[in-house]
Amino acid sequence: MNAGPLVFLAAFFAAATSWLGFVLVPQLQIGGQNQVEARDSGQLYPSRRPGLARQGAEVYRANGCYYCHSEQVRSSSIVPASGHSEAVRGFGGDVDRGWGARKSLVQSVAQDYLYDYPVMLGSQRVGPDLANIGARQTNAVWLLAHLYNPQDTSKGSTMPPYRFLFTKTRLKPGEKPAPDALPSGTGGTTADEQVVPTDDARALVAYLLSLHSESLVYPETPPWPKPNPQAEAATNATAATNQPATPPAK
Amino acid sequence: MSLPQSTTQPSLLPVGKAERAAASEASPAEIDVSCRPVLLLLLGGAIWLVGGAFLGLIASLKFHSPNLLADCPWLTYGRVHPAATNALVYGAAMQAGLAVLLWLICQLGRTKLAAPALVIAGCMVWNLGTAAGLLGILAGDSTGFEWLEIPRYGAALLFFGYLAVALAAMLSFHQRSERQLSVVHWFLLSALFWFPWIYSTAELLLVVWPVRGTLQSVIAWWYANNLTTIWFGFVGLGAGFYFVPKLTNKPLYSHYLALFAFWMLAIFGSWVGIPVGAPVPSWLPALSSFAGVLTIIPILAVALNVQKTSCGQVPPQTGAALPFVLFGMMAYVVAGLMGCAASIAKVSEVTNFTWFIPAQAQLTVYGFFVMVMFGATYYIVPRLTQTELSIGFEKWHFRLAALGVLFYVVPLAIGGIRQGFALNNSNVAFLDVVKGTLMFLRISTTGDLLLLAGSLLLLLNLLGMLGRVGRACYTTAMAANRNANTKAAEVPA
Repeated sequence: MNAGPLVFLAAFFAAATSWLGFVLVPQLQIGGQNQVEARDSGQLYPSRRPGLARQGAEVYRANGCYYCHSEQVRSSSIVPASGHSEAVRGFGGDVDRGWGARKSLVQSVAQDYLYDYPVMLGSQRVGPDLANIGARQTNAVWLLAHLYNPQDTSKGSTMPPYRFLFTKTRLKPGEKPAPDALPSGTGGTTADEQVVPTDDARALVAYLLSLHSESLVYPETPPWPKPNPQAEAATNATAATNQPATPPAK
Repeated sequence: MSLPQSTTQPSLLPVGKAERAAASEASPAEIDVSCRPVLLLLLGGAIWLVGGAFLGLIASLKFHSPNLLADCPWLTYGRVHPAATNALVYGAAMQAGLAVLLWLICQLGRTKLAAPALVIAGCMVWNLGTAAGLLGILAGDSTGFEWLEIPRYGAALLFFGYLAVALAAMLSFHQRSERQLSVVHWFLLSALFWFPWIYSTAELLLVVWPVRGTLQSVIAWWYANNLTTIWFGFVGLGAGFYFVPKLTNKPLYSHYLALFAFWMLAIFGSWVGIPVGAPVPSWLPALSSFAGVLTIIPILAVALNVQKTSCGQVPPQTGAALPFVLFGMMAYVVAGLMGCAASIAKVSEVTNFTWFIPAQAQLTVYGFFVMVMFGATYYIVPRLTQTELSIGFEKWHFRLAALGVLFYVVPLAIGGIRQGFALNNSNVAFLDVVKGTLMFLRISTTGDLLLLAGSLLLLLNLLGMLGRVGRACYTTAMAANRNANTKAAEVPA
């Protein structure tokens, strides 16, 4: 029996099925996804990240931040009974931990990542989820200090320090520290030393601050299985609570 | 050339001497000699294995002290960790897999290795690609997709290196004198074909002409799963279904069961890998979850087949080839069941984003695949060179590697489950969740150490053997030279 071609035919069809299913069909379904208009304001979502933040995404990628930090908040799989919205919990503890920025049960959606390349969803949570770090932590100086010496800002953290994203110089007598130097004492610096973030560090922080999934889309839970007037009223009141990200300190 | 057609079952059974003599094909010894270029792949694999284990140890030590080597950007965790994974996957595991695949295709087809030059060239290009890729990752040039971190210059080299070796395998398969196919062929040939397909798809749609948004993640997950479940699964199982009967000197329990496992794995296995809750259209993770649960069928089929084949009296073994292969097959079943469990939405809610997932991946790649490859290496290499390897080293390597896998995987799996429950309980502060995993991570460093020691023994064993072969060649050459000289001296006289 010479079944050589048969084996290859079999392998071809088996490989083709999952290729069709997981490469081609999703491409046909959401490959043409575009910006959407928010229902009320007509604002487009998502917007492209500012240039500095896009450079920061490159720093994030190059240093493999995504091996320890995920960038996806799992949506709830539990649909609330009408009027019992406080009993709702997300899939896993994501929402309970305050990682979600939407009032909705729907959290991270494909739309949020439309302009990202590469998309770094991450697979590990050695550190906290960063999908909405820009909404939780708007203080650029805190983020810089955290990068320089995580132990200062989060005692007991396992995050390695990224001192190579900073330059540490000794101040001449009477010289004033640069305006963008980290506060004296960060990472054990003495009064005659200064730590200045490099362009990479600044870009990285700009990227982190740009990470927040807007309430522009999914301001409230889509009405499945039936609309919940109480929850809707609550979300309408607080729809605009997301603080705009402050630009990193210059 | 027409050959007597064998009427028996596809032969994994030892072939009768008379039958072998009757056919005009190459003898096993001649085939082994022709397969010597395969040694290059095995040696390359062993070197990357040591390199990868070393990088893995550095990454693991970061959990003892985050300050360790922190000022060198090349050695930050986010670079060393993927470099270690890529060295293991592409440098060691896949290279050894290709070597074993080539040898098996030649032995099963009773043919000499075709186009050895292609194998040598492919091996060099593959190793160049791995080296360039690892340097790229360490320099911060990674693509940003897990399991596909190697930047495009390295990836192109890997792809063409693979094609060259695969072409040699195809030519050898084409010129086989034993026309009958065994079930091992189904596994090996499908794997051979599968990698160029998934790798080119992933590279083209992620790096060259990237698709939009989270479709990137879908393709990266699809690729990573197809590489582990299908490529490593097929090559490892193919080798397992050859070596378990060979080393226990018994026929394979059931060819049909093995073929059934092949089909089930090919159909369901390639759909696994998209985690529940990912920000993609929800039918994708649902389908993945469904397929993941169904992979229990091929896993149980493999377990039954191996158990039925290897139970009972086993002939005395000199080396550690059989323990390696059996350990690998057992790890396959355990890792498969872990993967099955993790595809269930309720379990995934706990295990996703925890150390359980890397534990499962390591058990598949190292515990199963690399261990089977170790067994195959210890079986093949002495036959290729007609020189013995050190049995003591081999046995110690088995002990270290088996313990290493256990010390690596068990703490991470347990720690991962605990971490998952703690993560889902928002009353536990996040930093406390992190601190809760530290003890398990630190225990798993022992596993890294043991694996490094074991792989060093393998490399030393191979180098020692090559040294002896080289010395023997040198001595023979010198003796021949002396003879020639004395003859030359005699002639004028």
